[in-house]
Amino acid sequence: MASKESYTPREIMTIMAAREINDGDIVFSGTGISMLAATAAKNINAPNSVIFFETGAMDSLLEELPFAVADPRIMYWAAANARLTDAFATMQNRITGDRVIAILGAAQIDIYGNLNTTCIGDYDSPKVRFSGSGGGCDVASFVPRCIAFMQHEKRKFVRKLDYLTSPGQLCGQNSREDAGLRPGGVSVVVTNLGIMRFDQESGEMYLDKFYPGITPQKILENMEFEINIKKAVPADPPTKKELQILRDVCDPQRLILD
Amino acid sequence: MKKTSDKVMPLTAAIEKYVHPGAHISIGGFTLNRNPMAAIYEIIRKKIDNLHLYVHSNGTGLDELIGANAVSKLEIAYGGNGKAAPTCIRFAQAVLKKEILIEDYSNYMMSLRFMAGAMGVPFLPTLSGFGSQILTTWGFSRKMRKNDPRLANEKLAVLDNPFGDFGGAGKVVVVPAINPDITIIHVQKADAMGTCSIKGLTFADIEQAKASRHVIVTCEELVQKEDLRHNPDLNQIPFIHISCVCHVPFGGYPTAVYGYYDYDSSYLRMFANAAKDDKKFKAYQDEYIFGVKDHGQFLEKVGQDRLSAIKADPKTGYAVNMKRS
Repeated sequence: MASKESYTPREIMTIMAAREINDGDIVFSGTGISMLAATAAKNINAPNSVIFFETGAMDSLLEELPFAVADPRIMYWAAANARLTDAFATMQNRITGDRVIAILGAAQIDIYGNLNTTCIGDYDSPKVRFSGSGGGCDVASFVPRCIAFMQHEKRKFVRKLDYLTSPGQLCGQNSREDAGLRPGGVSVVVTNLGIMRFDQESGEMYLDKFYPGITPQKILENMEFEINIKKAVPADPPTKKELQILRDVCDPQRLILD
Repeated sequence: MKKTSDKVMPLTAAIEKYVHPGAHISIGGFTLNRNPMAAIYEIIRKKIDNLHLYVHSNGTGLDELIGANAVSKLEIAYGGNGKAAPTCIRFAQAVLKKEILIEDYSNYMMSLRFMAGAMGVPFLPTLSGFGSQILTTWGFSRKMRKNDPRLANEKLAVLDNPFGDFGGAGKVVVVPAINPDITIIHVQKADAMGTCSIKGLTFADIEQAKASRHVIVTCEELVQKEDLRHNPDLNQIPFIHISCVCHVPFGGYPTAVYGYYDYDSSYLRMFANAAKDDKKFKAYQDEYIFGVKDHGQFLEKVGQDRLSAIKADPKTGYAVNMKRS
């Protein structure tokens, strides 16, 4: 353990996210690195986890990595091929919903884990337009635990979002509940530098772990807002076994890792 | 909907009959899968414009229509086309240049809106969107909403739970129904009456079809009624909802049709590259859409080699080990 394996930022991010997934979890996944994290968890630490997609496919075989959540590759050998409304019902179902964990991405995140995937600049006259919510707002509204994958940059960790697409802890304290939402939203942020979580009371982001070779100070330098770094500890680096499975089993063609 | 048993007609006649300038239209599929592309190309060739388009998540079809200036108003959750264009390029440009009016929703909200339309209720409740700007920031003005009876007077609304806290929620977001003038879907199999059998994920196609005043179905295979009636469990949309049926093999190309063919990633990449530049994009649409008379000629232009390369493996439903970029 903890021998000095070399790995890329993408590899450590994937493994850190995979570690968040518990055995038996029902994992809501997009494509790309989130898909890879979900398959890594299945092959390393959560063999009984189940992957599903917003398009309605549940527990697909995934012999080839899909390039979109509507890729025909997710339709083969699924437990069921259903429809959009079924996928979102799975998240809210009072029996299955608590087991769901989701992986999301965003252009911007704030200190309360609210996400923007809509635009940069004013909504009526944007400077950049992104794809929009898709299922992001629904997932952040319904799912008790969400992992946000982010590149750790100042322009992405912002004081104020240009548009609040997907709700996190809104403005902290009880504001999420007061707004009408059930508990949930982004609960952990996995970046290329470290791992952030949210204070139960204040709803504010704090630094939980920093990666080997990274200091808490460097993390602060890469965000527009300040977070508490007092509780931060070094992250256990990826093990040889985790890296071997990720590389040889999950993405042997290096479609996503490269 | 019509009662006669044979609803088969050529695609060009169907578009002419049912898709008019200013129509409220919805198209089926999801990003790069089962978009009714042959119908979309025909709409573009006919230069039908000023469309009010409803989609949940769409990609290829959405971006072709917007790129051709066919759309003036858009209600949408997501505009992306897989790896080739994570955000649809002509869509983003049209928003930045204010060439279209846009109203943003989430995927679940749009799906529920079609479902409400299919059910004949004015709205459906959800717990999605509290605290988000999807709820509070409008793209369409109140005046515009007032002037079009097909639009609700509010983008979204919040209601108190009439049953108190029953079900664990004190209030709900309500999403207004959508009843398009015309919905176009592309399916694997249909019969002459219009009964549809979709293989793989249905996305929100069933709700979109049932919510719509008129429905054009394009199909890979036009089959005998008996073929579908032997196995009614495999049929999702009964004929009563369908206005006309057009037999268009490869009618979803360049998007994927499960069990028939994969998406053509080389075409989607070419399309994305052209979309980045106005001149190149015009040249692309001139060549591939306006330069051919119909979908058959378009497929000839694409060539048999490309169509063979994306042919689905009968076991998995996609093109195994296909080169993807």
